[in-house]
Amino acid sequence: MKATNIKKVLIVDDDIDSLSQLSLYMKQMGFDVITAESQKEGEELINQHKPDLAIFDLMMDNKDSGFILSYKLKKKYPDVPVIIATAVSSETGILFELNTEEEKKWIKADLYLEKGIRYDQLKEHIQKLLKI
Amino acid sequence: MATLKVLIVDDEPGIRSGISRILQNFTVDFPFAEEPFQYESIEASTGEEALHFIDSQPIDIVLLDNKLPGIQGVEVLQYIKEKNIDTNVMMITSYASLDLAIKATNNGAYNFVPKPFTPQELKTAMEGITKHLYLRRMTNKLNEESRKTRFQFLSVLSHELKSPINAIEGYLRIMLDKQVGNNIDDYEHMINRSLERIRSMRTLISDMLDLTKIESGGKKREISKVDVVHLAQLCIDNMLPLAAQRNIKIYLDSNKPEIYINADSSEIEIVLNNLLSNAIKYNKPDGTVFCSIKEENNKLIIEVKDTGIGMSAEDLSKLFQEFVRIRNEKTKGISGSGLGLSIIKKIINEYYNGHITVSSEVDKGSTFTVEIPFN
Repeated sequence: MKATNIKKVLIVDDDIDSLSQLSLYMKQMGFDVITAESQKEGEELINQHKPDLAIFDLMMDNKDSGFILSYKLKKKYPDVPVIIATAVSSETGILFELNTEEEKKWIKADLYLEKGIRYDQLKEHIQKLLKI
Repeated sequence: MATLKVLIVDDEPGIRSGISRILQNFTVDFPFAEEPFQYESIEASTGEEALHFIDSQPIDIVLLDNKLPGIQGVEVLQYIKEKNIDTNVMMITSYASLDLAIKATNNGAYNFVPKPFTPQELKTAMEGITKHLYLRRMTNKLNEESRKTRFQFLSVLSHELKSPINAIEGYLRIMLDKQVGNNIDDYEHMINRSLERIRSMRTLISDMLDLTKIESGGKKREISKVDVVHLAQLCIDNMLPLAAQRNIKIYLDSNKPEIYINADSSEIEIVLNNLLSNAIKYNKPDGTVFCSIKEENNKLIIEVKDTGIGMSAEDLSKLFQEFVRIRNEKTKGISGSGLGLSIIKKIINEYYNGHITVSSEVDKGSTFTVEIPFN
């Protein structure tokens, strides 16, 4: 693989453990990883870099930080796929799935993942999103 | 002025128009209600007609005659009960037998007004039924709100509990798959992080239990004369190891050698421990914590001041909310459940009729002040 072909992934998560684990996996998948630990830092990175993929935690500085980042990233780079990862799940009442085109348009993320997903499943999802 | 819709069901036109006339210029006011009530009448001459109105619009009060040409008043009442319609029914009837009264009461009739009645009797009955309706609706509303708050609390709580589990599980999987090689030393950081997450989860669970105990009123309280100066000294002694790690000095000051208050000492201890540990955690290395206990204007005043990182006005406004932790570059790596200040605020407000305030300046430090009246 040529150096220019290395894909860049932006990960924003305020849980440092979750962030370091995701980073580790993404590096092992061959990505160049840039990280931020808050919505604010994430916004700064979006202004400086164009990643090939972004993974955002949902609840950070705000309850919907992930959506806000996703919205901002998509506005600047509509073609960059976004994954929202969260520990919040349907049984706790915050229910959202990206099934219909309309939902995708509004929430502006390509995939919603529950945290704690297995590495091999994550890899599969990412390969599908990036068509690799 | 709030308007209540009254459905008058009677086959005698004279009764219907008589009631409408009485209600037309009648208002009811309660000291506890936000605004007075007035009435808007709708008339129905049969039970069938009444059901049609009940189905097509919200009706607040039904004045119901039992003896009707088609279906009887009691049947209308049964319909309202079965459909769980939010309306209060009062029976107006000339032949009020005990049998009917029992049947109607079982089906949720609020009151009986025997015919014939004077305008004043009707007005008195309307006052009663309106008060009942208002209080029932307010109660339902409050219950609904507390149910929602509870649900929100639980969904945030489950998020806070799941995060550490996910983190620990993640590290265990990395270890299981030997993602960073065969040398156990390379996993030391992950093991330490896992232990740290378990520690903070344990704190969260015990804080949450404290909070629920206070909220549910299930906490057994042991009130005695407590010397707050002495208690503060004990709490500070317990904090010294934590403070020593970052070379932070703690000073205690009081305007009397002993200051007694009638209190549950464990509660005052929770307050002091929380304030002191925050003052250490959010301090700068080599910083200082000033704790002052004073008796002033018949009040106990506890002040805990630090020379730490401080907070912005925006952060201050969120500070006492459950699970709120101020997250920024400076608070990175400081662990906490986000419940400590909620707990002490509840203790101070609900048990001691006091209050807690905070002032803060970014990079200069924060001062928390607790005021508790002596009686």
